[in-house]
Amino acid sequence: METHISIRNLNAHYQDQQALKNISLDIPKNQITVIIGPSGCGKTTLLKSMNRFLDLVSGTQISGDVLIDDESIYAPSVDVTEVRKKVGLLLQRPFPLPMSIYDNVAYGLRIHSMHTRGHSLDTAVQHYLEMAGLWDEVKDRLHAPAARLSVGQQQRLCLARGLAVEPEILLGDEPTSALDPLSALNIEKRLMALKEQYTIVLVTHILRQAKRLADYAVFMYLGEMVEHGPAQQVLENPQQERTRAYLEGEF
Amino acid sequence: MTNKLLLMPRASRPREVQFPSRRIIDRAGGHAFMMTTAFPLLIVILMIVALLVRTRPILESKPIGDLLLGQTWHPLRGEFGFYPFIIGTLWITLAAMLLAVPPCLLSAVFLAEYARPVIGAIMKPLLDLLAGIPSVVYGVWGLVAIVPWVQTIAAPASQQWLDFLPFFAVNNTTGYSILAGAIVLAVMVAPVIISVTYEVMQAVPDGLRESSLAVGATRWQTIKHVVVPKAAPGILIGIVLGFSRAFGETMAVLMVVGNVPRVPSSIFDPAYPLTALIANNYGEMLSIPLYDSALMGAALVLLMVVLIFNLASALLLQHILRRSQT
Amino acid sequence: MKRRFSRRYLEEKFFQALMGLSLLLVTGSLAGILLTVVIKGAPALTLDMITKTPQGGYYLGKEGGILNAIVGSLYLAGGGTILALIVSIPTVLGLNVYARGTRWADLVRLSLDLMWGTPSIVYGAFGFTLMLALGLKASLLAGIIVLGLLELPIMARAVDELIRMIPEELEESSFALGANRFETALFVILRQILPGLATAILLAFGRGIGDAASVLFTAGYTDRIPDSLMAPAASLPLAVFFQLNTPFPEVQQRAYAAALILTVIVLLTSLGSRWLAGRLGRYTIR
Repeated sequence: METHISIRNLNAHYQDQQALKNISLDIPKNQITVIIGPSGCGKTTLLKSMNRFLDLVSGTQISGDVLIDDESIYAPSVDVTEVRKKVGLLLQRPFPLPMSIYDNVAYGLRIHSMHTRGHSLDTAVQHYLEMAGLWDEVKDRLHAPAARLSVGQQQRLCLARGLAVEPEILLGDEPTSALDPLSALNIEKRLMALKEQYTIVLVTHILRQAKRLADYAVFMYLGEMVEHGPAQQVLENPQQERTRAYLEGEF
Repeated sequence: MTNKLLLMPRASRPREVQFPSRRIIDRAGGHAFMMTTAFPLLIVILMIVALLVRTRPILESKPIGDLLLGQTWHPLRGEFGFYPFIIGTLWITLAAMLLAVPPCLLSAVFLAEYARPVIGAIMKPLLDLLAGIPSVVYGVWGLVAIVPWVQTIAAPASQQWLDFLPFFAVNNTTGYSILAGAIVLAVMVAPVIISVTYEVMQAVPDGLRESSLAVGATRWQTIKHVVVPKAAPGILIGIVLGFSRAFGETMAVLMVVGNVPRVPSSIFDPAYPLTALIANNYGEMLSIPLYDSALMGAALVLLMVVLIFNLASALLLQHILRRSQT
Repeated sequence: MKRRFSRRYLEEKFFQALMGLSLLLVTGSLAGILLTVVIKGAPALTLDMITKTPQGGYYLGKEGGILNAIVGSLYLAGGGTILALIVSIPTVLGLNVYARGTRWADLVRLSLDLMWGTPSIVYGAFGFTLMLALGLKASLLAGIIVLGLLELPIMARAVDELIRMIPEELEESSFALGANRFETALFVILRQILPGLATAILLAFGRGIGDAASVLFTAGYTDRIPDSLMAPAASLPLAVFFQLNTPFPEVQQRAYAAALILTVIVLLTSLGSRWLAGRLGRYTIR
């Protein structure tokens, strides 16, 4: 099993509160890793340490390191925009950008001047909308405002938008929590299909979703990483008492 | 057609064509933005400095106490007492606020709490529309409607019934008076105060109202004890905005207050606010020594009041917000 | 249940009545202003008023119109608005994107509040001082600069409010794609506030065109339509003011007509901003 993201002794503080306590974790390549735990346990913080989104919260202090492909993403010479291009993120609620469906997908391509490398923007937009399973629903109204799509469609648009910048890693912060069950299932199906090409890290509080998707699982509690390992083991036969208590619904 | 790049093994994909210029543009753009943010501060400082420099001649030749408290304004004799103008400005502004605040707050409460939402939805844009009417137009209205009303109805009525009260004596029969100015200003600031107050009261969550009504409070009690305290900081902002506008108004007031440089003793007396003093005299008679410096001094006094007033209300607001949080 | 005569029931009724009266008083006065302007202004409003400049003897009641003031006002307020826009957009983007949450941002916002509260006559006086220092005469350019200063805080504060209402996740979505702050500010934030920005621009324009005290000594007054930035320019508020101060009833009538024209322009601007905001709001994320 090849490691894609390697977290080394990571600590994070918000003002006076410690959100992550000395986390070391290897996230396997081309698999779905699921982070579970009660709310406030630091799972979103851990997720956002992987695309340097913690930088956006003022007053956050980080020590330790995160390596992607054995390169530190916190090294001073690293361009943070390059990190975020390499690591896509799906938020809890879909937030389309204030522009048309087409421009949403093209946004990243334009920002990174990717369409100047010989293939046309139209082709790329179509391709990524297809990958996100949205093409058939929107192909006749590509220039309509993205805000007019349903919430489920918006989340798939956000997926297409994220895929368009050709990341290697996809992060999801409870990406189905604002969706209806059918749309949620649709996103899950997409993620399953995408793990062939991408390393996927998901935060979820839905245990059944974790069981459906996870290849590898991480259990967090109060900023600590309590247990991690292949999903089968962590979710079905946990070694730690706290993990078992959580899985049995005691928190 | 699919994206061929995706089908290639990742390692052999061409390295991203990097545009170091993106990073440079971000940096440069950030510096440019940050430099423009200094502009408002620079303008405020520049205004204070420029007015101070222009006021210096008169500050050097007369003690500041004589200027601020001097009762007579006689430029030809070299007497520059700002006192009547400062008091005139104060009278007019305070009278306007006294006239404006109670009905405006009540109107806003009515719109936010009693009227059907449709009426509020119609009134809000209408008020914003009215807030944009130029002050000269308010002045015209004051001139053709309010000044004659004060002259023929309000003043005689007061003379008959209220003459014994300290601020209601009638010694002036022209109608050009503090009262006329205050009415014009009150109506002028009304849309601002109502619109802001209405907005903050609407932002009070319904749950709060319901929990008060649920224990058997009447609607008015709910408003008095729950909604208004909750909306208080916003209401204060509305009043402060209205006050600022009334205090600095020039044209609408100048057209109806009579412009007599004497300390007023009744709302039926004419007055001469600082703003009107500058507007009426600037550019004329600048050959009189120190005159121009004195007028700049008037502008400086206005600016200083605004400065102090804004700082005080910012501090007050901070205090209220901090107390309501804990 | 005793209800009718309880004290708090009476209090409720009393304040309800008071509120109804207040609203009537306020709306009545505001309606009164519009009515006054229309009744007084309409009779003197002729085609000549808006198509001709003052001819010989205009101020004694003879032929002509106030096209000079209409055009002058549009130039002045238009120029001032552009100037305010050029400064306020980068300022507000800087405050919200690059200097978010800093003490510097607080200080700048306080300065904007001070500028907002500064009386327009003070801008006039300051502008005149500036003109003396630069050797400028009363001109279109000087008027535009002063109106730009007057409109800057109005526009900047309105836009600042708009940006502060944007959900954080929208900016995060852009950052997550590897966009930097500059790109996010320009392509996402500006796009999101576009409808509100249109309203803010026209609001500032409306305030600029209605202001008399600031252009009184800076733009001057002339019967000609200004043909260069250095030429003096007439303005509608001053046209109202000056004509009202003449002893001739015919000329005073025209002051009312000028006030009506000014009011109509301001109201149209305000309505136009609503229409434009609706059109530009298509892509906005709520």
